[in-house]
Amino acid sequence: MKGILKLGFKLLVNDKAKFSALLLGITFAVYLMMFVTSMFFGVLNHASANIINVGSTIWVMDPYVQSVSNSVGMPDYVLDAVRSMHGVKYAVPLYSGGALVKLADGNYQPVTVVGLDDTSLLGRPALLEGKIEDIYAQSGFIVVRDAEFSKLESPHIGSEFELNDHRAVIVGIAKVATSGLYGVPTLYTTYERAIEYIPNPRYTTSYVLVEPQSMDDIPQIKQQVERLGYRARTKEEFMKRTEDFYIYKTGGGTNMLIMTAISFIIGLSISGQTFYTFILENLERFGALKAIGIKSRDLVSMILFQATFTALTGYGMGVGACVLLIWLAKLRLPSYAAMLTYSSLAIGFVMVAIIAAISSYVGIRKVLQIDPFTIFRG
Amino acid sequence: MPHVAIQAKGLVKWFGEGEAKTTALKDVEFEAYFGEMLYIIGPSGSGKTTLLSVLSGVLKPNAGSVLVEDIDIWKLDTDKLADLRLNKIGFVFQDFHLFPRLTTAENAAIPLILQKRDWNESVREAINYLEIVGLKGRADLPPVKLSGGEQQRVAIARAMVSKPDILIMDEPTASLDGDTGNSILSFVQKNILSANRCIIVVTHDNRIYEFATRILHMEDGRLTATEKGAASAPDKGSASATEKGTA
Repeated sequence: MKGILKLGFKLLVNDKAKFSALLLGITFAVYLMMFVTSMFFGVLNHASANIINVGSTIWVMDPYVQSVSNSVGMPDYVLDAVRSMHGVKYAVPLYSGGALVKLADGNYQPVTVVGLDDTSLLGRPALLEGKIEDIYAQSGFIVVRDAEFSKLESPHIGSEFELNDHRAVIVGIAKVATSGLYGVPTLYTTYERAIEYIPNPRYTTSYVLVEPQSMDDIPQIKQQVERLGYRARTKEEFMKRTEDFYIYKTGGGTNMLIMTAISFIIGLSISGQTFYTFILENLERFGALKAIGIKSRDLVSMILFQATFTALTGYGMGVGACVLLIWLAKLRLPSYAAMLTYSSLAIGFVMVAIIAAISSYVGIRKVLQIDPFTIFRG
Repeated sequence: MPHVAIQAKGLVKWFGEGEAKTTALKDVEFEAYFGEMLYIIGPSGSGKTTLLSVLSGVLKPNAGSVLVEDIDIWKLDTDKLADLRLNKIGFVFQDFHLFPRLTTAENAAIPLILQKRDWNESVREAINYLEIVGLKGRADLPPVKLSGGEQQRVAIARAMVSKPDILIMDEPTASLDGDTGNSILSFVQKNILSANRCIIVVTHDNRIYEFATRILHMEDGRLTATEKGAASAPDKGSASATEKGTA
């Protein structure tokens, strides 16, 4: 470390009370920012669980669908029309709806039922136990072993229960990439059985899943579907639309922004004020350094180094605290909807950089204004 | 004829404008020589501190010039002026201005660190100077653990560590009791002053006048009188303890 930077480092770190207050302020602010954004991104990820788990390239849906969990039924001719479109390799229906399971103790548990195309079973989950063809067996259902699994009293192959007053038998146990947002267990069955078991409005097709012949065919498939009066969205577009719904239509995005802004203000207030006090307390000594012969750019680099060092250390500690808390929470609640993403890290980093920049600007401005003559005047 | 260390020519300095204008220096001219311990004395408000600040390149005069070894320091740009202060002039401030979070040795090493010298090497050299001022055993202590006289010695070590040609001491005994003040100035006279160094002391403490080789009287921004001090200048060719100690 260069001598002048080491001087800045020692002046900063050896003032343990101020350095601790600075670190605490930035760590707390980063932790809050990271935690709020992680929770929000976790919620967004869980909200798109069905899209991620089914994994179809193109989803055809009613134009008014805003998120994957709020499907609008489409008439059967949509499926036929899509199958005949140019560029479509194959298209299958998907059913997604809610049902009630009566448990052995007499309680009712809401579940999500996903009905897969009877022929292709497109979008089926990876099985941990059982055989996929057993889904065709009478009353056959596959249960997903995720955080909500225990809400169905941790069933095993052969477990029986009532689903909307129909007999249901567990024929397989599966895993999925992401569990749902609403904290209810997920059951997979065939499309025909799903619409048979669950009372439905006139139209039963929630989505039509489409595989294009090639990726180049996607634009023309989208145009043809639009001419039909419906919408075709790629997996990524549908996830984005679902995320947008939660960000802009539920107030979640506003809440996240408010919390992030509050964290930023807290961090800026604590670290800015403490750093300013640190500069003020050493102002005469910085003046003495100027009289002795330090150059302004060396003073500036020293203060920038102090602010950057504190900010980066606080950032690391804040991220560490956030990771630790999410890890601890997930030990107790496996479906805990918090996810540390690169976006969260980037948002936190940008915020902390702004805090460091503002704090050091205030300090630098003050130090550059000191007239070393005042040191002689005493 | 002794060599001139600092030459002040027609220095004028005022503060404020209009009715609030106060002239602190009025056509001040003098020369300070190597090998002398020059005192600038006078009552409060006579312009001593302003003169010291102008001489040391800290406060720009409104008129006149200051030549340090024939260089007009107020014609230098900011960086060169800072370099001149760092390399040619040592400062002992009235309130010491030591950093409480650094050790005594680190405080004394600051000018070397500002000269971009290696940290460890700077601290080692500073410890040599602390030995000269009798504080080697306290090198690792923070300044707050030292007495006022000891802190003054640290300030002297800090001023001397870069081996400046000119040492400027601003009210060096203001924070010290009479005995300590005497011992500090006696130490400076015996160990710091040499034929190759000029020491300028601003003071109004008449208990230490005996260490001056020459005394300039200031009053109302003017130099009013010059008198020979009680002390004699060191022999030509003599070296101070600091020079011997680091040779």
